[in-house]
Amino acid sequence: MKFSILVNEGPYTHQASDTAYQFAKAVLAKGHEIFRIFYYHDGVNNATRLTTPPQDDRNIVARWSKLAEEHKLDMVVCVAAAQRRGIVDEGEMKRNGKDATNLAPGFRISGLGQLIEAGIQSDRLVVFGD
Amino acid sequence: MTTKKFMMVNRKAPYGTIYAWEALEVVLIAAAFEQDVSLAFLDDGVYQLKKGQQTKGIEIKGFEKTWGALEDYDVTQLYVARESLEERGLSAEDLTVPVEVLSRADIGKLMEEQDVLLSF
Repeated sequence: MKFSILVNEGPYTHQASDTAYQFAKAVLAKGHEIFRIFYYHDGVNNATRLTTPPQDDRNIVARWSKLAEEHKLDMVVCVAAAQRRGIVDEGEMKRNGKDATNLAPGFRISGLGQLIEAGIQSDRLVVFGD
Repeated sequence: MTTKKFMMVNRKAPYGTIYAWEALEVVLIAAAFEQDVSLAFLDDGVYQLKKGQQTKGIEIKGFEKTWGALEDYDVTQLYVARESLEERGLSAEDLTVPVEVLSRADIGKLMEEQDVLLSF
């Protein structure tokens, strides 16, 4: 089956992001396909490479990046939500005159159309939020 | 392009969190993709449609007027849970746009008919 996943909460404050990650791993372990993972609302904060959790805690952002690399996942951060919350890639830095980028490896910034397309293309779009 | 039935489920009050506003952005994009879009308002989500929202004092952009513009995007299926209205002392006359008031059970049946359910 072809799945897409919507992550609506940021890391650490809510469990939604952890559950989405565990779900993604389970989907892949069962041999299903993940068409896309989309990050919206505070979910875009899953994509900042500047996060530094304590050493004895899970690194949620690095964990997503690793999963993306291992499984060639398409992980998309909503551009409007990212702009509000300061998640920046090279293109956004130039476009908005910022002095830094913080997008973690494996993520890309794009529009909400990517979420709708995920809904259209996937057999199931599973939402993780509060 | 394939057309699917998308239902956006709004469960939260309009300004205490950003969910309502960002959900509305999803509605507009789904409509631009010419999908079959409907909206359900449950729990505190019914407050999103309340007439007479004044947000100047809290310095947050109000979006009451956007509901009236949805028709221009061919988004006309707005379903509101009767029990949620009643629990809050509201009726359809208190809302800023025409809606269909349904029981929670009937909204549940509509949900079963959807291809994609997005809950905010």
